[in-house]
Amino acid sequence: MPIPNLDLSRLRDQHRMMWRIRALEEAALRGLDEKIVLGAIHPSIGQEAVAVGVVGNLRRDDILLSTHRGHGHTLAKGANPDAMLCELFGRIGGNCGGKGGSMHIADFSVGMLGANGVVGANIVIAAGAAHAIKLKREDRVVCCIFGDGAINRGPFLEGLNWAQVFGLPVLFVCEDNGFAATTRTATMTAGGGPSVRARAMGLMAEEVDGNDILAVDSMARRLVAEIRAGGGPRFLHAHTYRLTGHTGADPATYRPAAEVAAARALEPIARTAAVLAEAGLSADDLAADRAAAEQEMLTAFLAARAAPFPDPAVAFTDVQDAGAPSLEHV
Amino acid sequence: MAMMTYLDAARAALAEEMRRDPTVWAVGEDLGRGGVFSQYRGLVEEFGPERISDAPISEAAILGAAVGAAMMGTRPVVEMRFSDFALCAVDELVNQAAKARYMFGGQTRVPLVVREPMGMWRSSAAQHSQSLEAWYAHIPGLVVVCPSTPADNKALLKAAIRSDDPVVYLEHKHLWPLEGEVPDGDHVLPFGQAAIVTPGSDLTIVSWSAQVHVCADAVATLARQGVKAELIDLRTLWPWDKETVLASAARTGRLLIVHEAVQAGGFGAEIAATAAEHITARIRRLGAPRAPIGYAPPLEDAVRVQAPAIVAAALGLVNGRQLG
Ligand SMILES: Cc1ncc(C[n+]2csc(CCOP(=O)(O)OP(=O)(O)O)c2C)c(N)n1
Ligand SMILES: [Mg+2]
Repeated sequence: MPIPNLDLSRLRDQHRMMWRIRALEEAALRGLDEKIVLGAIHPSIGQEAVAVGVVGNLRRDDILLSTHRGHGHTLAKGANPDAMLCELFGRIGGNCGGKGGSMHIADFSVGMLGANGVVGANIVIAAGAAHAIKLKREDRVVCCIFGDGAINRGPFLEGLNWAQVFGLPVLFVCEDNGFAATTRTATMTAGGGPSVRARAMGLMAEEVDGNDILAVDSMARRLVAEIRAGGGPRFLHAHTYRLTGHTGADPATYRPAAEVAAARALEPIARTAAVLAEAGLSADDLAADRAAAEQEMLTAFLAARAAPFPDPAVAFTDVQDAGAPSLEHV
Repeated sequence: MAMMTYLDAARAALAEEMRRDPTVWAVGEDLGRGGVFSQYRGLVEEFGPERISDAPISEAAILGAAVGAAMMGTRPVVEMRFSDFALCAVDELVNQAAKARYMFGGQTRVPLVVREPMGMWRSSAAQHSQSLEAWYAHIPGLVVVCPSTPADNKALLKAAIRSDDPVVYLEHKHLWPLEGEVPDGDHVLPFGQAAIVTPGSDLTIVSWSAQVHVCADAVATLARQGVKAELIDLRTLWPWDKETVLASAARTGRLLIVHEAVQAGGFGAEIAATAAEHITARIRRLGAPRAPIGYAPPLEDAVRVQAPAIVAAALGLVNGRQLG
C-alpha cells in the first residue's frame, strides 16, 4: 500500500545516501583485503538508515560526535569520501592527514567533531559541546551517536545526567545493533536497557525501528526540532543489526547463519527501495542510485590508493604549542 | 606590588582573565559557594552561575564536557577539587584532551585548564595527598604547571588560561595561605622558564611546587655550613627549562633534584637522565619512598622529603668524589 504524504524526493535522496554509505564501507573492506587499510575498521553495513535518518535532520552547522563505527554518520554529515578513504589508507589528503585513521576521522568543516576509539567517551564530550552552544546562546544542536555497549560505561550516566541538569541541546542516539564486539549486549546489561536508563534521568526517550528510514527520519526530525526549540536533551534508541562482523576481519562465527539471514531480509536499503518502487520509482532508477554510489566510491578508492603517505616529520606537528616535540629522536 | 596569598593570587588571575575574555568559564563541584578551598570565593557574584558553574560529582563529565566545550571555542577552567579525583577522568584528559589536536590532524585545539590541588596537606591520607605530576609530564599534548609562589600562581594561571594547549595546573594545597608579593597588572609568565630562587656555585638543587620551600630551608642550612647551593624552581614540568638547569649544573658540577612525589619514576628521574646525557656532573635525586601516604602525622612525615634529608644529600654530593 502506498504511504500517504510520502516525500518522494526526500526518500530518494535518503536511498542515494544509504547506497553511498554502503559503497564507502565496501570500498573500505576492499582496502582491507588489499592490505591498504592498515588498522581496524568497523563497518556499518546494515545500519545505514540510522545514519541517514538521524544525521539527515541536522543542519550543516549542527555538531556530530560518532564512534569507532562512524563512517556512515560522517559521510551523512557531509564529509568528503575521497578524504575519508585517504584517511583510512593513512595518506596525504585524509581528513586528519593520516594521523587518525578510521577510528579518529573528524571533519570540523562540516561540524563532525570526531569518531572515537574509546567506547562511550563521546557522550561527555558531546554534553560539553552542547554546553558551549548554550553558553554562546546559539541555536545549534549536538547529535551524539553511540552503540548499545556504551550504555554500560560511566560516561553514559555522567553525560546524560549533565545534559539533563543543564538543559543542553543534545540528541543522544543509541544505535543498538545487538552486539558489543562478540558479546550479545543484552547478556551484559541489567534492567530495561537504553531508554529506560535515559528516562530514569528525566530525559524524554523514544524507541524506533532503526532499519525503517521513514520512522527514523520522522522521529529524529521531531526530536531535533524539540531540542532546537529549547526543550533540552532527547534520547533515541534505534534498533538495528550489524550485518558484518565487529571489525572487517571478524567472521562473526559466534552467531547463527539463520539469524543473520533473517536480519538481512530486514536490511534498510532494500526496504527503502521497496517503498520507492511502490511509489512508482522504476527498477532502473533504483539501480542507478546504487551504480552512481559505487562509481563515486570506486573513483575515491582509486585516488586514495594512489595518494602518497605523509612525510615522517608530520609525526611531530600539531602535538602542542608549548613544549612541542623536537626532531632530536629521529 | 601587593601582598597576596597563593590562593587569592589564583583567584585574581581567574577573575582578570574572565573579565578580559568572555569565553573563559569555570566549572566544578561546589564552585557556586566558592569551591572546596574557597579559591572561587566571590566569583559567582561577579560572573553569575553560568560562568562559575556548579557541577555534579562527575569528574569524567566535568573534564569530558570541558573537552567538548573547548573544541567549540570556549576556554573552560575545570576544577578537580583534589588531584587524586582527576584519576576518575583520565580517559578524558589523556585519550581525549591531549590527543584531539593531533589525531584530528590539527583541525582543533583543546584550550582547557585542569586545576588539580595536589600534595600532602594536614593528614589527608592516601587518597587526598598525592603528587602525580610525572604522569602528566609523560603524556604528549599536555602542559604541566606546578607553581610555588603567589606571584607565579597568578602569572602562570593567566598563561594557562590563554594557552591553546590543555594545561594540567597543579596547585599545592599546603601553599594556599602562603603570602608573597604579586606584581600589579597583567603579568603573565611563559611556560618553560625556571626561576633561580637562590644563586650559588657549589651545587644545583632543582625542585618545584611546595618542595621548593623545603629546599629553601635546606639551602639556608647549607649556607650556614659554607655550602653555596643554587636553588632552581622549575615552575613548569612540561615544558621544562633544560637550558637553565643544565647550565647551572654544568657550572656547579653537582645536581640534586628534589620532589615530594614518589622517587621511583618521578620527574626527577627525567631531569637526572637528561643531565647525565648532556653534561658532566654528580647527580642525585631525592623523592618519597614508594609507599602510600599515611594519615597519622608520624606516618605522613615518614614519606615526606624534609630539609635534613636534602641537606644530607647535598653534602654527600659536595663532599663526594668529583666525576669527570
Ligand atoms: C572503553 C573501551 N573499552 C573497550 C573497547 C574495545 N571495543 C571497541 S568497540 C567495542 C564494542 C562496542 O559495542 P557498541 O558500543 O555496541 O558499538 P558497536 O561496535 O556495536 O557499534 C569494544 C568492546 C573500547 N574501544 N573502548
Ligand atoms: Mg553494538
